[in-house]
Amino acid sequence: MSVCAEPPTAEVDADRLRLSGAWTLAGFAAGLPEPPADLPVLFDASALSALDSAGALLLLEFEAAAPSPVRWQGLSPRTADLLELVRQRRTPAVGEGAAAAGCLAQLGRAAHYHWCELRDVLAFFGELTVVYARLWLRPQRFRWRPFASNLQSAGLDALPIVGLLSFLLGFVIAYQGGAQLGRYGAGIFIVELVGLTMLREMAVMMTAIIVAGRTGSAWTAQLGTMQVTQEVDALRTLGIDPYEMLVIPKLAALMVALPLLTVFADVMGVLGGMVMAQLQLGVSFSEFLQRFPQAVSLRSFLIGVGKAPVFALLIALVGCYQGLRVRGGAEAVGRQTTVSVVQAIFMVIVVDAAFSVLFSWLKI
Amino acid sequence: MAEDLTPPVALSGITTRFGTQCVHEDLALEIRRGEIVGLVGGSGSGKSTLLRIVALLDCPQAGSVRLFGVDAGTASAAELNALRRRFSMMFQQGALFSSLSVRENVALPLQEHTALPARLIDELARLKIALAGLPADAADKLPDQLSGGMIKRAAVARALALDPELLLLDEPTAGLDPLGAAAFDELVLELRAALGLTVLIVTHDLDTLWRVTDRVAFLGERRVLACAPVAELARAAHPQIHAYFAGPRARAAATAAGG
Ligand SMILES: Nc1ncnc2c1ncn2[C@@H]1O[C@H](COP(=O)(O)OP(=O)(O)O)[C@@H](O)[C@H]1O
Ligand SMILES: [Mg+2]
Repeated sequence: MSVCAEPPTAEVDADRLRLSGAWTLAGFAAGLPEPPADLPVLFDASALSALDSAGALLLLEFEAAAPSPVRWQGLSPRTADLLELVRQRRTPAVGEGAAAAGCLAQLGRAAHYHWCELRDVLAFFGELTVVYARLWLRPQRFRWRPFASNLQSAGLDALPIVGLLSFLLGFVIAYQGGAQLGRYGAGIFIVELVGLTMLREMAVMMTAIIVAGRTGSAWTAQLGTMQVTQEVDALRTLGIDPYEMLVIPKLAALMVALPLLTVFADVMGVLGGMVMAQLQLGVSFSEFLQRFPQAVSLRSFLIGVGKAPVFALLIALVGCYQGLRVRGGAEAVGRQTTVSVVQAIFMVIVVDAAFSVLFSWLKI
Repeated sequence: MAEDLTPPVALSGITTRFGTQCVHEDLALEIRRGEIVGLVGGSGSGKSTLLRIVALLDCPQAGSVRLFGVDAGTASAAELNALRRRFSMMFQQGALFSSLSVRENVALPLQEHTALPARLIDELARLKIALAGLPADAADKLPDQLSGGMIKRAAVARALALDPELLLLDEPTAGLDPLGAAAFDELVLELRAALGLTVLIVTHDLDTLWRVTDRVAFLGERRVLACAPVAELARAAHPQIHAYFAGPRARAAATAAGG
């Protein structure tokens, strides 16, 4: 079985089919031998130099194409064994299994999928509510250790990226707005522009989007992998509720971390705006800070920070739900992680818009 | 077909360390063509590690690994790739690709390495699945829809895809029911007879040792303590080997094998 195998051939010689060469995968690299037109019923394998299961399969196809039962000649014992083994075990391909799905079947499958999804969401909320209620009755069951580690990974570790991006966001907002304000000689209003935009809307939204991409996805991947490796089932059999152990601490941690991150983002965003105001409009830091308390009410700040726990809840719920929904293998983990990030960001923006409508309706 | 006498596996002077822990020290092992060799030893004695070295997945810190006469330490990348097509490994957990059906798992190496028409690849994949003892309707299932035993068989089917000359099996019968394990033993014997396979098999299954192996290499004290037919090992005086083969389960297996 050298690397350069002799090419396999099948030639009709008088009353017999003379087989020669290596009928192996390596031999077939040069091309498959074709069955001759008029197949004799005597196959002569005495010149066959090597045979593997692919070759055996092809020989059996030749045999099936012959007009009447084939007699073999010159088969070595091992080759005969192999041929016999393949003859017994081969399973001729059945016509393509599932018929191409019709429109109706597709519709039905999609409906069934969404029905299952709805049921899963309900089950998730149901179970979570039960665990949450139980926790109220017995607060000592709260798991502080995972809470603390999640607080660190979702909150503390996110400080640099949240800080940098908020700073740049404030910087850009001040740059775009400052050019217009400067033209009307109303440069000092940059304080209102940056303060209100950042504190009411942008800081919390930006933070939520970063956290959804950073933490929500990580949680989906973690829970999904645990689901695939049956770790979640193992917890259940050990009498540990996976919601209590895995979901609740994450939820609580993010509801603490996101408001804090938002405050940090507020500070960094305003700082970015201040720097740009100084560079572009000549508004000094002290002027900026003096005007700030008059320009931006405490209420604006609280509205922004107040949205953070809601966003945190959304991100954590989506992340954990999508993670626990994973069924199958590595691919499902990846798919569900994507779904988790997209859904979380989508919901954050939609809920933010809903808040805007609500506030304008309440005239806040 | 001239019989090739270069041993498929020849290890010498193998030394493996993980940090300060020395797993193998000056270990030597040779496997002859067409032989079925069992690799046994206590848990953590370095069987899986040795198998990974033979499979060219890991490099030992010292020593030479020769497969089919080619020294893996000095071979070029192309030679190593050619070498890799001549053996295949079945992993302990199966390592099936979870997004592909069993048939696609088996067909993948054929699609990658041969130019066969799709119809023949499909039929070959079905043949390998049948050879591994799986029912035909398992072919279109995904790995997570299979039982533990079926995963092992699917993994064997994939390992057989390219008709390797050397098969490396890591605990193939662990987790199989007794009937399934016995059928697996027969499968290994049958494949060796028909395909002329050389097999290196890590196992704790004493029935498998008695039924299929020609020789058994006993790993202990960081080297191969002995490599001999199982009946001989069972009488060996070395305390570790003796303890391994003198347990009640070992005696039951020996009795069943008529040893
Ligand atoms: N990647 C690794 N890093 C560190 N130690 C390892 C690694 N792989 C194996 N070991 C250690 O090497 C020893 C042998 O492991 P292994 O070959 O898996 O044993 P077994 O004979 O049970 O298959 C064990 O003590 C294990 O802890
Ligand atoms: Mg092991």
